[in-house]
Amino acid sequence: MENNLNNTFEEQSKNYTTLNLGPTHPATHGIFQNILTMDGEIIVDSEQTVGYIHRAFEKIAEHRPFYQVTPLTDRLNYCSSPINNMGWHMTMEKLLGVTVPKRVDYMRVIVMELARIADHLVCNSVIGVDTGALTGFTYVFQWREKIYDIYEEICGARLTTNIGRIGGMERDFSKEVIAKIEDFLAGFPKVFNEFCSLLERNRIFMDRTIGTGPITAEKALNYGFTGPNLRATGVDYDVRVMNPYASYSDFDFNIPVGVNGDTYDRFMVRQEEIRESLKIIRQALNNLPAGKYFAEVPSFYLPPKEEVYNNMEALIWHFKIVMGEADVPVGEIYHSVEGGNGELGYYLVSDGGRAAYRLHFRRPCFIYYQAFPEMVKGSTLSDAIVAMSSMNVIAGELDA
Amino acid sequence: MANITNEEIIQHIQTDLPGCILSAEESFGMCTIEIPANQVKNLFQFLYAHPQMEFQFLTDLCGIHYPNQVDKELGVVYHIHSLVNNLRLRIKAFVPKANPQIESVSSIFKSANWQERETFDFYGIVFTGHPNLKRILNVDEMTYYPLRKEYPLEDQHRTDKNDSYFGR
Repeated sequence: MENNLNNTFEEQSKNYTTLNLGPTHPATHGIFQNILTMDGEIIVDSEQTVGYIHRAFEKIAEHRPFYQVTPLTDRLNYCSSPINNMGWHMTMEKLLGVTVPKRVDYMRVIVMELARIADHLVCNSVIGVDTGALTGFTYVFQWREKIYDIYEEICGARLTTNIGRIGGMERDFSKEVIAKIEDFLAGFPKVFNEFCSLLERNRIFMDRTIGTGPITAEKALNYGFTGPNLRATGVDYDVRVMNPYASYSDFDFNIPVGVNGDTYDRFMVRQEEIRESLKIIRQALNNLPAGKYFAEVPSFYLPPKEEVYNNMEALIWHFKIVMGEADVPVGEIYHSVEGGNGELGYYLVSDGGRAAYRLHFRRPCFIYYQAFPEMVKGSTLSDAIVAMSSMNVIAGELDA
Repeated sequence: MANITNEEIIQHIQTDLPGCILSAEESFGMCTIEIPANQVKNLFQFLYAHPQMEFQFLTDLCGIHYPNQVDKELGVVYHIHSLVNNLRLRIKAFVPKANPQIESVSSIFKSANWQERETFDFYGIVFTGHPNLKRILNVDEMTYYPLRKEYPLEDQHRTDKNDSYFGR
C-alpha cells in the first residue's frame, strides 16, 4: 500500500473555510457583505458584495427640480451631510454663475469643518471600539451631539440636515449659534486631548493598528483613493488646497500626511485633521465678514415668508421655485469638495431643463473600497475588521 | 499652478495620436474631448505615460444616455486628473446602443473596475477586457438597465397619479 500521508496532509491544508462577514455584521458598521476565504485565522481572499441599500439617487435626481436634490445628498455620507449639501449648492452656483458673498463662504466653511470633525470623530472612535476601547467613543460622542445641536440651531435638523440653499444659507447665524460654536471650541479640545491620550500612544492600540491593512501610495492612487486614506500613504492631495472652493484659500491650515498608509496612519491623519479643522473654524469665526447671508438668485433662493405673503413678486418667485420652473443654463460641470472620507464630486449635465439631464455622484468610498481585498490579504480577521473601520466606508455613500 | 494648458494637451494628442480627437471644447474651465470608442485604452495609456501630462488619477467614470444621437446613444464619461499639473480633463466616448462595446481601462486604473461595473449595471455598456463584468448595485436577476432614459422612475401602470406636471 502506497504511503501518501504527506499528500493528504497538504490537500487538507488547502481546504479553506468560507466565512460570511456581513451583510449585517455589527463590526462592519453598515450593510455590505464580505465573503472571506480563510486559511485558519488568515484571510486568503475576499469578495465584496455591495448595493444592499441602493436607492437610485441618480435616477431620482433626473426627475426632481434641482433644489430637491439636496435631501438626496444628505443620505450619501450621512456622517457629514452638510459637506454633501454644500457641495451640491456650490455645483449649482457654478452652473448658474452665481458668486456668493464672503459671509456665506465663511459660514459654509464653519459648518463644513464642524461636519468634518463629526465625521472623523465617528470613524476614529469606532476604530477604538473595534480594538476593544469603548471609553474614548463614549467621551467624544457627547461632543458629536453638540455639533448636531449646532446644526439644529442653524437649520432645524440634526442628521440629514438639508442645510443651506442654492445661493446661500437659509438664515443668518443667530446669537445662539455663535454661542454654541464658541462653547464647542472652548470645551471640545480638552475632551479631544483626553481621547488622544487614551489611544494615540496606547501600546495595545498601536500594536493592533500599526502595520495592519497597509497600502502604498502608488497603489492608493491607482485605486482612486482620496481624502484621509490617501493622505495616510503620504500623498498630500486635498481638494480644499488643490481646487479651493468656498474661500478655503483665506485660511491658514496644514494638510497632515502619514507615511505607511496603515490603519494607524489613517487614524492619526484624521486626528490631526480634527485639530486643523478647529483652527479653521476659529479663524472663520474671528473673521466672519459682515454682509448678506445669501446671493441674489431669485430663481433659486426662496424669498422670506413675510414677503411671500405681502409681495406679489416674491410670491411668484416662491411659486416658481417650489414648482421647479426656474431656467438654468445648458452645460456640463464637475465640481468636487473634500468630503469627510475623500473627494466628493458632482458631475452634472444640464440640458436647460428643470431637472438634471444626468447627475453622477463621485462617491469616494465606492471607489476606494475596491482595494479592501488587497489590503487585508494575508492578515488576520481581527486586523481586517480594524482596517475596514479605519477606511471609513459609509454604506449610504457606497450604494448611493 | 498648471504647467500645461488645455490647448497644449489637445496639441500633444493631435500630434502623437492623429485622428483621436473627434471634437474638443471647454466647459466651465474643464477641457472636454470626444474620442472614438476604440481609442480609449490607447489614449489613456498615452496620457498616463506622457512625461509632461501624467494623467495618472482616474477621478470619475460614468455613463450617459442620449436617445436622440443615432448610433452614438450611449456614452462613457471619464474625468482624469493630472496631479502634478493639477489639471482635470474630461473624455467622452460614445457607442451605439445596438452594440455597446468599449475597451476597459481597468488594466490602467484599478479604480475603474467597480466604476465600469456600475456603468454596465446602469447603462448596459459592455467593457471588453474587464476582469469581472457583472452587476454591482442592482440584483443579478435584473433584465434591464435602469438609468437609460426609456426606463421610467416609477411603475407607469399606476393610474392614481399624474406625474406629467412634474419633472420630465
